[in-house]
Amino acid sequence: MSVKGVKNFVPDDVRVLVQGITGKQGSFHTEQMLKYGTNIVAGVTPGKGGQEVHGVPVYDTVKEAVEATGANTSIIFVPARFAYDAVLEAIYAGLNPIVVITEGIPANDTVKFLRIAKANGVRIIGPNCPGFIVPGLTKVGIMPNQYFKPGNVTIISRSGTLTYEVAWNVLKAGFGHRLVVGVGGDYVIGTNFLEFFDEILKYDEDTEAVVVIGEIGGDDEERLAKYIVETGFDKPVIGYVAGRTAPPGKKMGHAGAIISGSSGTADAKIKSLKEAGVHIAYRPSDIPEILKRVIK
Amino acid sequence: MFLLEYEGKQLFRDGGVTVPNSFIIPRGSEASIPEGFSFPLVVKGQYLAGGRGKAGAVKIVKTEDEFREAVESIFNLKIRSSYPSHILVEEFVPHSKEMYLSILVSKPDKGYVILASKEGGVEVEELARKEGVLMKLYVDPITGLLPFHQRLVSKFLFGGMNKSFMKLLASLFKLVVEKDLLLAEINPLAVLEDGSVMALDSKVIVDDNSEFRHDLTKYYEYTSVLTEGEKLGKKYGFSYVPLEGDIGVMGNGAGLTMATLDLVAYYGGKPACFIDVGGGASEERIGTALDVMLREIRPKAIFVNIFAGITRCDDVARAIVSVVKKRGLDISKMVIRLTGTNEDIGEAILKEAGFKVHKDMDEAAKEVVKLCQ
Repeated sequence: MSVKGVKNFVPDDVRVLVQGITGKQGSFHTEQMLKYGTNIVAGVTPGKGGQEVHGVPVYDTVKEAVEATGANTSIIFVPARFAYDAVLEAIYAGLNPIVVITEGIPANDTVKFLRIAKANGVRIIGPNCPGFIVPGLTKVGIMPNQYFKPGNVTIISRSGTLTYEVAWNVLKAGFGHRLVVGVGGDYVIGTNFLEFFDEILKYDEDTEAVVVIGEIGGDDEERLAKYIVETGFDKPVIGYVAGRTAPPGKKMGHAGAIISGSSGTADAKIKSLKEAGVHIAYRPSDIPEILKRVIK
Repeated sequence: MFLLEYEGKQLFRDGGVTVPNSFIIPRGSEASIPEGFSFPLVVKGQYLAGGRGKAGAVKIVKTEDEFREAVESIFNLKIRSSYPSHILVEEFVPHSKEMYLSILVSKPDKGYVILASKEGGVEVEELARKEGVLMKLYVDPITGLLPFHQRLVSKFLFGGMNKSFMKLLASLFKLVVEKDLLLAEINPLAVLEDGSVMALDSKVIVDDNSEFRHDLTKYYEYTSVLTEGEKLGKKYGFSYVPLEGDIGVMGNGAGLTMATLDLVAYYGGKPACFIDVGGGASEERIGTALDVMLREIRPKAIFVNIFAGITRCDDVARAIVSVVKKRGLDISKMVIRLTGTNEDIGEAILKEAGFKVHKDMDEAAKEVVKLCQ
């Protein structure tokens, strides 16, 4: 079957540029993405132009790479201290969307490049995220290839590995994936839950049900719940929130995963989602049963 | 990272935000008043936890005797099971009004937000509940603070242009950007008789992600609050949070590890720690993390939950086998769940060493809970 792109997000003809392709992560995941069938047309590492990584030509600058190959999508692996520059280089070269895998970027840098991306109509996924996959079309991310198959369940997650766990559960239950995306674990991120729903999922006819994987910290889940109520979002939504047993005031792995005082708890998020009509899973393994109920 | 009040005020002073004259008494050193200070003085215990005022850790003193008494009593005052590390002593600043001011990096706004109120000395959450009391002003990260922002906030607080305040606001904004602060809060902001303003308190959070630009290891939270294990975690790239139960939990990825804690609790167990070894975890990192777990929390049982993407199951398996060998651990108290990249090789390595390997997270969680009953 032929899988189409996702409106306002993934073009039908995804031509990927890997920034930081000669690094350990960049090179490893370039190989994994190629194995998956992703059309990687170029890589960039300043000073390493002219080399090849797994057969992919490397350029010194994003501009050269785009001119030579027609790349339209970027995935960024460069270290945190160079990430701000790398993201801006991608924005001004016209790449869209841009997936920022890099972990540890200061929020001051992130808010600046997000603002510039917005002004230029460019979508940013991440930072500190696993990227996205549209099974059957492309993978622009670091998720293990074997747990994803084409289908109609979309998974939107603040996590990385937990997303793979859930995707696998979904697969074992006989469903496939339309789109699986990790929005990122940082304090400030590009496209968040609400924006995914409002700008992308409500237009996507191939999504039959949405699984949302939240976690403690911030209020993205609460804001999504409010959005679902206000707009009457009409596809079934299943929610899982990690961190019910997390103590307050402690950062749980992600920069954004922290309960401050009494705000940002998993219980509050679950309550909001539940009140918005979201089907709550208390264990990742509950998700398949709920899917069977809500997808006819 | 949270700063103590005096650490925040040091940043303020260096950045041109006016604060009272002060001196510091570290815990264990003698309480004496340096030359040039006169009564009344304000004696303030330094805690990372809030609720200091209500607990009685701030005292105004007028004599030498009162001063010594206050220092002694505050050093012996616990808030949330911690004594103050330092006492900050400041000159009392007579003022006519107390206001509220903060600048933060806002997650929903993806930019800076200034919060200001004519009512100071109360929690910002309380101000936010009242109509028209709290001003919220978005500042674009690209332009930064502009004179019109200064005028808007000054007008709201003072009804006109207060030059001293506008200067303080600009200095505070510059600090947020240059020092990578996620929050800089002044509560209360004192308005003196002559109309000038001064920061009487500071609440500052520094962005941990900015560690490549700033030395964060000099602050109290790093030097004295983090355990050795938490510091090792920062060095080797894993996050470690000690908890109160008896099952040591290690996973890869923040979400998965949190979900593992929750699942252990779901089946009636009590997690003793959260260790997220992250992506692409090396043998050295996993070994160090397991060492920390064994040394700092001595769990009754250990649950390792790996869903490998970037991580490779064989690396994890080798790390586990090597730590177990070195430390002579009882493998009957370890439950390993391994799925993902190179899972067959990983499973073979562990089986050869005598481990039973799970593929299903629920089954593994149930088994580790059973081990502790």
